[in-house]
Amino acid sequence: MEQQVERIFETRELNVNMGPQHPATHGVLRLVLDIDGETIVKVTPYVGYLHRGIEKLGESLTYFQALPLTDRMDYIASMSNNIGYCVAVEKLFDIEPPERAKFIRTIVGEMSRISNHLLWLATHALDIGAMTVFLYCFREREWILELFEKICGARLTVTYPRIGGVKNDVSQEFLDSLYKFTEEFPSRILEYETLIDQNRIWLKRTIGIGVISAEEAINWGLTGPTLRGSGVAYDIRKHMPYDAYDKVDFEVPVGIEGDTYDRYRCRMLEFRQSNNIIRQCIEKLPPGPVMADAPKFTLHPKDAMFPVTHPTKEHAFYIDEKVCKGCGMCLRACPAKAIFGEKKKPHKIKQELCLSCANCYVTCKFKSLKIVPGGKGLSDEKLAELAKAPLSEEIKKATEHLVEHFNFVKKGARAPEGELYVATEVPKGELGFYFVSDGSGKPYRMRLRSPSFIHAGALPRLCVGHLVADVIANIGTIDLVLGECDR
Amino acid sequence: MFENAISPEALDTITKIGINVGIAIIKIAVVLGIGLLHVAYATYFERKVIGHMQVRLGPMRVGPHGLLQPIADGLKLFFKEDIIPANADKPLFYLGPVIFMAASMVNLSVIPFASNFVIANINVGLLFIFAIAGMGVYGIFISGWASNSKYAFIGGLRSSAQVLSYEIAMGLSLVGVMIMAGSLNLTDIVKAQSDSIYGMYAIPQIVAFVVFTIAAVAETNRTPFDMPEAESELVAGYFTEYTGFRFALFFLGEYIAMIIMASLATVCFLGGWTIPWYITKVLPFLKIVPGIVWFLVKVYAFIFFYYWIRATLPRYRYDQLMAIGWKILIPVALANILLTGLVKILL
Repeated sequence: MEQQVERIFETRELNVNMGPQHPATHGVLRLVLDIDGETIVKVTPYVGYLHRGIEKLGESLTYFQALPLTDRMDYIASMSNNIGYCVAVEKLFDIEPPERAKFIRTIVGEMSRISNHLLWLATHALDIGAMTVFLYCFREREWILELFEKICGARLTVTYPRIGGVKNDVSQEFLDSLYKFTEEFPSRILEYETLIDQNRIWLKRTIGIGVISAEEAINWGLTGPTLRGSGVAYDIRKHMPYDAYDKVDFEVPVGIEGDTYDRYRCRMLEFRQSNNIIRQCIEKLPPGPVMADAPKFTLHPKDAMFPVTHPTKEHAFYIDEKVCKGCGMCLRACPAKAIFGEKKKPHKIKQELCLSCANCYVTCKFKSLKIVPGGKGLSDEKLAELAKAPLSEEIKKATEHLVEHFNFVKKGARAPEGELYVATEVPKGELGFYFVSDGSGKPYRMRLRSPSFIHAGALPRLCVGHLVADVIANIGTIDLVLGECDR
Repeated sequence: MFENAISPEALDTITKIGINVGIAIIKIAVVLGIGLLHVAYATYFERKVIGHMQVRLGPMRVGPHGLLQPIADGLKLFFKEDIIPANADKPLFYLGPVIFMAASMVNLSVIPFASNFVIANINVGLLFIFAIAGMGVYGIFISGWASNSKYAFIGGLRSSAQVLSYEIAMGLSLVGVMIMAGSLNLTDIVKAQSDSIYGMYAIPQIVAFVVFTIAAVAETNRTPFDMPEAESELVAGYFTEYTGFRFALFFLGEYIAMIIMASLATVCFLGGWTIPWYITKVLPFLKIVPGIVWFLVKVYAFIFFYYWIRATLPRYRYDQLMAIGWKILIPVALANILLTGLVKILL
């Protein structure tokens, strides 16, 4: 009898698959929930739906070429990722960017922190149901993205910082409009807070949800505001300063309880700190270059490095028939298709099509190409005659540089051998780059420590025992972006 | 030959019935047509209001200021592919939205829009509305079950629990009005209000009005009580698996339910098509404004309130919502009944 009753009233947990397509999982996070009524019994996060092999790709690209990959990790705060990468590679190369570049990087890094936190607040509030905050936040985020556009032409995947500095100097116009933003922004923060900060429903949904103690948070490897909400004042900007963070004055806001509301407050206070940092940097911005003077490691614009060969399009190129083996390399390298000829026979250049780009010159393995300064528009016979004359020192040097530059781009700057881990404080937490260098131009191994991945691992700890609606609040509070998590 | 078959009196009665039925059909057609148009433009109104609250414009593309947007939306939904999940319980899947929609629309028949404009002037109008609104839960629950989807299932469960518990609070809040008016007929309730010294029951029954407003928001599954269709949690709740016009039926049903709730608030608390005597005393020219205008103004003010809440508030959690319903609203409504009854006996 007893057995029969048991069989009739057998209960099971409902197994719900939340994601990878779900409006609130911030991309392609997949959570498999076991729920008992509305209570969470078990959470299993599955990641990897956005895996693009960034770590592996990094091994086959030079240190410069890998920079745009970092944009695609945390696409919400790409500027911070770029800075993290550049700081790490600079440590590896042992070069020091100039002061002005450091300040500019600090400015854009904090701008990206603000824009990241704005998006976080927008989606977190939207998940909990406050719809208007979403659009208010996007209004300011749009403003920041426009400023990014002003500075480098891109809005989302910026690739503005460079190894050894930044791509270009900032204009006064940009600084003025950014300063205006920093004057305006604190009042906008108050606007968001009016809507949710003291809202009874918001407090009910966030206080006491996803509580994690300081000790546990450290054990789970949480970093950034997610850790600081539990009361641990760990901030790499403060404790291991990079760029200009040691020259500006700022505080590290911390929470007490370690619940969703405290983490929310932490990020709201970080808005204000970032705003202050930007203002200080604009006020202290020193004059000077924006790129480190380290020609062996930093990539200078082609025009700046080779003033003789490049901009004056007056040089002609001539193929020495005796040397040319007819390998066809130059034929393929020519963008204007000005070189013709059969295989294993000396090639010829059609002078009227030649752009004087020097691509053939640097490609040729046999040094069969000769430069004729000022020889544009002359006949082949005349060129052959002129090509015999020795080149002037200036041109010689310039051509050597050109070849050097070509090899530099193609093979990369040679890093010293060794291993290195450098971490920076991105908006989501500690972003670490670990390089193993074998002395070549490409890393032997590039490993990323992405905060989102580690935070996603802590989700079960935060969710179990709460209700289904709290899962959403917890996904929001750890500020997860799957591009960074899955790499 | 036929003269003997039907007596003149009987013929007279048949003609009268015929005329009455004809009038009723015309009334139904008018109410349905205008009602559906109102629903279409209630969505437009919502998008515009929320748009401006959120520093954006709302629909602007179709027609001047996006005025034709609801029509374009309707057409789009009508021509969308109708997808039915392979493992769905098909008959119930078809039935769910129809029940939901019908249960909302039937209520339009007992709402008095103006002094003599009501399709069915029945004596238990208020009870009728409760009964039919309760039917709507079946539509939600059936569609949640028939979809054979876990999200829809949870949404359906949440919704039935929510609607049932808030219906109690709403019913209790209206008992005060019944006691004061001494009738369940909606037309009589309006008349009793305009004859009373308050002009509208929202003043003496302020507690009941607040309870009713909260319960009405929950009853129609609107923010901050939109648990059953909590977008960020359950995708779209009980109608996750619905597409095309079946989806539109839920949408229509929800907006009609909203208009019904606004109308009920207008009729029971805000004086229906009348305006309080103290206002006409100060501004006598307002008397010439037809009653239907006052009715619509009140209804739209109430609907605007719905939208305003939606733009401002986050969403409650499921257990918090139930706690509010059972621990706050129902006791408050009961206390209000007690107080109203005592006052009625003593005065």
